[in-house]
Amino acid sequence: MAIKEIPTEECYMPGSAACPGCPATMALRIVFKAIGKKMMMIVPACCTAVIESMHPNTSFNIPTMNIAFEAAAAGASGVEAGLRKQGKDDITVVAWAGDGGTYDIGIQALSGALERNTNFIYICYNNQIYSNTGIQRSGATPYAAWTTTTVGGKTEYRKEMGEIIQAHHIPYAAQACISYPEDLYKKIRKAKQMKGPKYIEIMAPCPPGWRFGMERTVEMGTLSVETGAWALYEFENDEIKFNGISKLLLEEKIKPKPIEDWIKLQGRFRHLFIPKKDVKKLQEIQDHTNQIWERYRKCYL
Amino acid sequence: MNNIMIDTGNYIAAKAAVMAQPEVVAAYPITPQTTLVEGIANYHETGEFKGEYICVESEHSAMAACIGASATGVRTFTGTSSHGLLLMHEMLHWAALARLPVIMCNINRVVGPGWNIWADENDSISQRDTGWIQFYCSSNQEIFDTIIQSFKLGEDKKVSLPVMINYNAFILSHTSMPVYIPNQKEVDDFLPKRKPVWNLDVNNPITFGNMILPPEYERVRKEMQDSQENAKKLIKDISKEWKNKFGRYHGDLLEYYKCEDSDYILLSMGAIGAESKVAINNLRKKGIKIGLARVRTFRPFPKEEILKISKNSDLIIIDRNISIGMEGALFSEVKASLFGKSDSKVYGFIAGLGGKDVTFQDIEKMCEKVINGKANNMEWYGIEGV
Repeated sequence: MAIKEIPTEECYMPGSAACPGCPATMALRIVFKAIGKKMMMIVPACCTAVIESMHPNTSFNIPTMNIAFEAAAAGASGVEAGLRKQGKDDITVVAWAGDGGTYDIGIQALSGALERNTNFIYICYNNQIYSNTGIQRSGATPYAAWTTTTVGGKTEYRKEMGEIIQAHHIPYAAQACISYPEDLYKKIRKAKQMKGPKYIEIMAPCPPGWRFGMERTVEMGTLSVETGAWALYEFENDEIKFNGISKLLLEEKIKPKPIEDWIKLQGRFRHLFIPKKDVKKLQEIQDHTNQIWERYRKCYL
Repeated sequence: MNNIMIDTGNYIAAKAAVMAQPEVVAAYPITPQTTLVEGIANYHETGEFKGEYICVESEHSAMAACIGASATGVRTFTGTSSHGLLLMHEMLHWAALARLPVIMCNINRVVGPGWNIWADENDSISQRDTGWIQFYCSSNQEIFDTIIQSFKLGEDKKVSLPVMINYNAFILSHTSMPVYIPNQKEVDDFLPKRKPVWNLDVNNPITFGNMILPPEYERVRKEMQDSQENAKKLIKDISKEWKNKFGRYHGDLLEYYKCEDSDYILLSMGAIGAESKVAINNLRKKGIKIGLARVRTFRPFPKEEILKISKNSDLIIIDRNISIGMEGALFSEVKASLFGKSDSKVYGFIAGLGGKDVTFQDIEKMCEKVINGKANNMEWYGIEGV
């Protein structure tokens, strides 16, 4: 599809309180366009609770309810049931949460809602940190990344949330990235047409959190895919299909860019380059990325 | 048409909840609440309950799901107990601040450690500042009636707050009593469909619960307090309406029993409240002028009513809870209600914690200790060596 096919109507309105270069707002625009006005959104504690602007104003032109940090999927279960019991079956219920609210504090409610076959779309915009509280580590933070709670760099690798989701065998799950809006749009549209639980995770590079310039958000997302730090795929009927550049990487039709190309542009990895390049650690990260892709090939090719 | 159902507090509560016809129930099992949710699940299976029953994976999610459903404008119900209630704590605040009239039974049970499933009111007392209206019931009939009444109360636009109906573990939850059950039409006539004050609507896309500045937030809190005050009158009106319609009356904020000429008035809640009536009768046989004011609503707290009964009587309080570092919660609140306005003496007893039996003989002993001038300001009753 061409980008001109995406509707021009905006439900993401002026007056937002987002940082310049915010990836969540890019994703929200596409999500709103893909689903349209017949949607309701449940937002737990995350940057979006700020982005949506201050009472009594709002920057969203769709009904939105804020809920506690760990409660997005459970709140959405209630909204879905309430609407269904009123015969309002044509409304898409969306839970929209960050990686903290998804990978960590919200994983129980999410798992429960998926297992109960709740008819909703759960979207995780993953900026790999607790950004709203000021850049603390999350289960999605990559190895060696600086955060305010991993001052010397994170000592653990991130969770594979996608695989945890797949273990629920839901009708549809996908990974997308803000740098590929048509791909994201298509995935949301597809999820909207399906019944049951759908999960979409969007890579969302955060300028202040990752320590890069606000003009480089899209580039940072593109590089995350091109280096294999992030994969674009769809999981449907228990079958996984990589798409876009990730498909070419999986099939080894192209070579991934070195992970260093992505890492070196982010201030959160600066300690790997200054005062002296930490060749050993960089190699460790590259090896780990290679291993993940080897595993992908073994499982999904 | 009279229909008598002989069953336990939990099954009676399930019957009441189903007859209120909530569109959504979301619940997680915990002893001793389990038979309540099992009851609802059975009604769901037989088709008598036509709403959605969401079997959530925790009490926190139960309340979150009720909040979500309630925000779409439908009627919601849940039940829990003890640790389940404590896990909900964050969402209890959320429901009340969101002004969503979720109706919930809480079966008062001990909080661990150690594990103990018997009656104790510290679970719900520790939730008193969440903004929920709190009832304490003393019989299965009162449980049934209060549940139906609570939907009407909480959903009224002058109140628009969640309501917690508390009753003691096992003493009521697992004890069978005959209960008069009205027919569905009578319930429907009494309790019309919910008309939400606000709801999520695609034709009116508001953002609910976003950031709020201090002056606005403070106003929200003031409005909640005003609504609890409004609830006082409404509880009286609803109790009266129920009495006229069904001929049953359990009191409103308080239930008065032989208070008119009393030198002493006993105040207690829940199952101890019911047991107290026997004690009052026995003490009166001994010539002691004593009455009972059973506290039905801990929130809103009946401070004006308690001040009134203190005019000619000293007050004896029995708490099945303790605010550690202070005293029994009811004892504190009664004294606060009288402060500067009454010369009555107030005596507080802590009794029945951990599910220890509090019989009418025990209650008589506590009262007699006061009457004989041997009671201290605050007493622990029935602990050996204390």
